[in-house]
Amino acid sequence: MSVEFGELKKGVFPTILFETHSDASTEPFWEAAREDKLVAPKCSNCGTFRLPPSPYCFECQTRGVEWVQLPGTGTIHSFTVVRHPLHPGLAECCPYVSGSVELDGTQGAGARMLVNIIDVDPDAVRIGDRVEIIFEHVNDEMSTPRFRPISK
Amino acid sequence: MTIKDKAAIVGVGATPYFKRGQSYPESELSMACSAILMALEDAGLTIKDLDGFSIYSSSCDPATVGAELGVPEIRWATSTTSGGGGCAGALGVAAAAIDGGMATTVVTLMTLQQLNKRLGGSAVGGMLQYAMMSDAGGSPYGGSGISPSVAFTANNGMLSPGHSFAQLTSRHMHLYGTKREHFAEVCMSTRDNAIKRPTALRTEPLTLEDYFNARMISDPLCLFDYTMESDGAVAVITTSAERAKDLKQPPVLIMASAHGASGRWGPALFKYFQIPNDEFPSSGHRPVAKRIYEMAGITAADVDVALLYDHFSPMVIMQLEDYGFCPIGEGGPFVGDGNIRYGTGSIPVNTHGGNLSEAYIIGMTHVREAVEQIRGTAINQVEGAEIALVTGGPAGSPVSGTLLRKA
Ligand SMILES: [Zn+2]
Repeated sequence: MSVEFGELKKGVFPTILFETHSDASTEPFWEAAREDKLVAPKCSNCGTFRLPPSPYCFECQTRGVEWVQLPGTGTIHSFTVVRHPLHPGLAECCPYVSGSVELDGTQGAGARMLVNIIDVDPDAVRIGDRVEIIFEHVNDEMSTPRFRPISK
Repeated sequence: MTIKDKAAIVGVGATPYFKRGQSYPESELSMACSAILMALEDAGLTIKDLDGFSIYSSSCDPATVGAELGVPEIRWATSTTSGGGGCAGALGVAAAAIDGGMATTVVTLMTLQQLNKRLGGSAVGGMLQYAMMSDAGGSPYGGSGISPSVAFTANNGMLSPGHSFAQLTSRHMHLYGTKREHFAEVCMSTRDNAIKRPTALRTEPLTLEDYFNARMISDPLCLFDYTMESDGAVAVITTSAERAKDLKQPPVLIMASAHGASGRWGPALFKYFQIPNDEFPSSGHRPVAKRIYEMAGITAADVDVALLYDHFSPMVIMQLEDYGFCPIGEGGPFVGDGNIRYGTGSIPVNTHGGNLSEAYIIGMTHVREAVEQIRGTAINQVEGAEIALVTGGPAGSPVSGTLLRKA
């Protein structure tokens, strides 16, 4: 298996998907991401956020949404420190942290983001740590969201 | 009206268990056929009796197996959706088919050979293989494809089942103070059970020191918290409770069975993780546990031996909570106090050595052990065992649980 992951940096999981594969439900997220903005669909009927964006509100089974810009900050809900590379070509980026983040301005569950959390000491990261989003501009189409600690 | 005590497991068959890839020159088809024929013989039946398949996790293609073995007529062929979580539930589906008059003799099985594939690799495959295909100029829509929701999380580094279960585990530790020592006790007690079994693949003693010296794979999980990669096949035959009375083995009644989960448990893992807060640090089994206890008219206190799906050691602790053997959040100290030890514990768990130490045939080894415990023929026999619990998953919905009892 010859896979080129490009230049690897410890703690940063490399981009392996370079296209958004978006549909009508998800495209507004990617449009905003290209401009470094975090937006999420909020149910027009009951106000529940949902991520990834999807056709139906799981609380009230309606479809209408308004896209709301979020502050881009949040709290680590859970995480793992990946120490063993699943592919030999990934050894150089291990250990890295992947986690789920509950976003400020949302209800939490149902709108968590699953992300690579960078610029952290893997031995010091904790549930409840405060983090903020940064977008890595991969190409004209794709900006990958990652999170990093909010500097104290 | 329920399926309570309407059907019984009457035959069990299994190939030897092998380390990953070591079953060659056998194949998944040949091992499936061997296990089925052995299970029928164990029951005192023949292929002429077999008329149903109730499977899970795409364990086999009933059309292919039925043709290969010359099954006279297939009258029932179903599979629970998703993966290994359906294991115990497939027994309930078999019982429903029999009780409903749709079939008389139903096989449930798993056959597994990992020559050119790896189970953990299936999740890696979705993304990394895509990267590889891109490399080779292939189409991302071939094979697994990339859905808009998966693309949403593609670059986050969560590639394998271990990465997923580590997240549930971290949260459990954070909320309840569960410790790695508790996971170690699950691994060590399970290993102790495997040591006495000739079928087990991991039989070297495991100490606390060994556990803490093992390399970390995906914090908080170390090497020993993971199941192994195995080959082999296990099949069981289910028929009506009435007919079971006249067959070769003492009938093992299907007392209750359920598969499913809360709706928002959903795909649960890998790229989802939107489970509500109260259920996030759990095995997802709570609704299933409630239903099988109601169906059987018993509580956890009536269960004599528990065969809990143990692909990752912390998930045993969460199942002990969700099936009511201890309060939610107290699973760690519960195992720490020796409660799951064979011979001395209040609820012996995975007396066969489980997925962690015997073999990983996606849950069917647990069904085999449950049957042997109720027959009274297990190697680590729980004295006077009358009721056994066997589970499938944690995994994406459905997860499942089944209660078996002595006739
Ligand atoms: Zn709504």
